Amino acid sequence: MEILPIIGGLVTLFGSLFLLLGALGIVRMPDSYNRIQTGTKATTLGTLMFLLGVGINNPVWFPKLIVLILFIIFTNPVSSHVLARSAHSIGIKLTEVTVVDKLKDTRGEEIDA
Amino acid sequence: MADTLFLISGGIAVLALFVAAVRFFRGPTSVDRVIAFDVLTIISISLIAIIAHTAVRVIYLDVAIVYGLLSFLGVIIVAKYLERGL
Repeated sequence: MEILPIIGGLVTLFGSLFLLLGALGIVRMPDSYNRIQTGTKATTLGTLMFLLGVGINNPVWFPKLIVLILFIIFTNPVSSHVLARSAHSIGIKLTEVTVVDKLKDTRGEEIDA
Repeated sequence: MADTLFLISGGIAVLALFVAAVRFFRGPTSVDRVIAFDVLTIISISLIAIIAHTAVRVIYLDVAIVYGLLSFLGVIIVAKYLERGL
């Protein structure tokens, strides 16, 4: 009985739990910006753990998996940032409990010379 | 043992797929639908990795790479369109 495939399976199991938490977060969160937040962070970590678990079980596949992991790390935050910026610029409402909106504050004011 | 763990985690990922589809069909604005689409594609990349492990075919990982590329481009283009930039 080897210990390494079981470690890979446990890593994959934790990754799937993170994926489930991210999917629950985009259902439960109150507004679009919170949904972007939870839908990006939790699912990025979940996918990375999935791919790491598959790579532990198949060590020959590691170069291709590293390409995939780097691709997800670089592109996922970029897409969520672009989506949040366009949502703010077309006027999606925040929740009532939001304390500060710095992008809105800097837009209308004059800059002191 | 390890295959059982992979099976359980694949089942949990499919459950997450259904939970995210709830927001995809119910979302009030189009931004919510795009977020749900992004989450659905990321979960699908994980499922493709599991299928590649189960079927012992490394070529499926290339499918996952291309799928992630198309998802990224789709989200960027839809965000650009919503911002009246396209």
